[in-house]
Amino acid sequence: MEFLSSICPPEILCQILVGLSRMTILFIVASGLTLILGVLRIPNIAHGSLYMIGAFVAFSVSKWFGGGTTGFWMAVVLAPFAVALLSLVVERGIFAHLYEREHLMLLLLTFSFALILGDLVKVVWGGEYRTVQLPGSFKGPIPVESLPIPIYNIFLVIIGPFVALGLWFFTNKTKIGKISRAAAVDREMVGAVGINVSWVFAIVFVIGCFLAGMGGALVSPIVNITLGMDHTLIMEAFLIVIMGGLGNVWGALLGALIFGLTQSLGILIWPQFGIVFPYAAAVTVLLFRPTGLLKSTW
Amino acid sequence: MATLNIRGKESWLVPILFILLLVFPLVLTRFYTYLLALIFVSGLAAMSLNLVLGYGGIYQFHHAVFYGVGAYGAALTITKLGYSPWIGFLVGPLLAAFISLVMGAICVRLSKLYFGMLQISLGSLVWAIVYRWYSFTGGDDGIHGVSMPDLIGSTTGSYYFTLLVTAACLIAMYLIVKSPFGSALQGIRDNPVRSEAVGVNVKLHQLVALVIAGFFAGVAGVLFIVVDNSAFPDMLFWTLSLEILIMCLLGGWLTFLGPMLGAAMMVALRTFASTFTEYWTLIQGIILMLVIIFLPEGVLGYVNAKFKQLGNLASGGKA
Repeated sequence: MEFLSSICPPEILCQILVGLSRMTILFIVASGLTLILGVLRIPNIAHGSLYMIGAFVAFSVSKWFGGGTTGFWMAVVLAPFAVALLSLVVERGIFAHLYEREHLMLLLLTFSFALILGDLVKVVWGGEYRTVQLPGSFKGPIPVESLPIPIYNIFLVIIGPFVALGLWFFTNKTKIGKISRAAAVDREMVGAVGINVSWVFAIVFVIGCFLAGMGGALVSPIVNITLGMDHTLIMEAFLIVIMGGLGNVWGALLGALIFGLTQSLGILIWPQFGIVFPYAAAVTVLLFRPTGLLKSTW
Repeated sequence: MATLNIRGKESWLVPILFILLLVFPLVLTRFYTYLLALIFVSGLAAMSLNLVLGYGGIYQFHHAVFYGVGAYGAALTITKLGYSPWIGFLVGPLLAAFISLVMGAICVRLSKLYFGMLQISLGSLVWAIVYRWYSFTGGDDGIHGVSMPDLIGSTTGSYYFTLLVTAACLIAMYLIVKSPFGSALQGIRDNPVRSEAVGVNVKLHQLVALVIAGFFAGVAGVLFIVVDNSAFPDMLFWTLSLEILIMCLLGGWLTFLGPMLGAAMMVALRTFASTFTEYWTLIQGIILMLVIIFLPEGVLGYVNAKFKQLGNLASGGKA
């Protein structure tokens, strides 16, 4: 830490850490989005709503277990599964019958789900601000050069690479992952060799939505859980996915890194226009590489 | 071709409808007059989108940007620069057309979903700037109480102004759609490769269409200022873009007047529904889902198809 602070002032270090933990959340959500986009070709606008539902479920689960350490861990583990279950019902019930429709219709269909889910959250949880209690072990900040750095942010930064590795393992080493990559390239051929493509799609969709729920659960202790948190996040996740190249999980990681860092450092440079920087970065990337930084699966 | 059959029957409907709309403010309360004006504004925005979406086959996902830029352009010219509102009304649409030209020139290299995604990124950038530039745009508070000339200051006055401008824009858009340019645009939508092969400059046609659509969306934004005297950043947020898209889809995006009908249905339903429930978004979502699943060509598209069937039956009977 002595060494780091000699090359870089501590407040910048602190902002970088904030940016990296933001990147983790963005990456987890965006990787699910890009997985669904790459394999199923659905630009899933309801993904943001699932993230929001993940956060609200995390709140309820944590409260159910009386908050504290147990409440937090149960919330982080159970909320993504609740979201995954919900997405399975939606996929089997509606999407599975409509894959043949064109992109524009699918996009609007997912928007209709975003509208419905958004209001259902209001029905269930109401409009107040909620928050999940952090367990005691995560509460204290670690002082680095007199600047307090929250432990939870460090925890988030550590989780990110594991999710990325897990996804890499799924798509490259498991049978379903390999089939799904093949189906992304040629759906009909995969069906022709006797594989039930419909169920592979369902599994990929559910995994993608699981990640949205996980992002929501992980972010729940450090933000105000509120209605409308889906709207800004889904746009950010989309920009990250486009920047990285549609369907490319590593691209999503790169995009999330750019987005998270420009956001947190932008605030240092020009506080008022902090949120403009990541959007400007996305546009700049797309001006030079319209199909994204890394190879798209499309 | 399907609509040709009923166009003959439709033609006498248009003047009657126009006269009815002229008389309405005399018999309706102020609230309903305001509501009708709001329908014209949303309808014009939706129809301008349909110019590129339905007729051009271009995936313009973030059309609300031009609507918002038109509104902000006019409002800022009036409040910040202190010019006459009439000058503001000109600045709004021209600014929207200019932004559309810049964004279009960047996006038009791409097609379909990639176009839509780049366009939505650029649009979000514009939104973020408007949303944060407190000293100039008022940030998330927006601009309120934009003063209007006396002539159109009242509810009735703003209604007639909105009606006349919307009617003029509709006629202009109809002429554009029916012009050789419009035909070329529809040719590009149906088969870009073949259009290119017969010597149509595909990208240039698309760019011109985008600028025209941006201009009319800007006019709609100005009309919103006239009706509501305010502008706010949500007018450029992506959710509004998709709401405008829903209007096109609901009314029928393969028909000329469909988006206006869709806007009328959405605005009326929203007003009606919000009197007895706070869950309007839920209703909106369910309607959208049902339309996508059961009426993918929209209400007017469905009616047209039914008319065509009837027409076929009738002519089949004669023969």
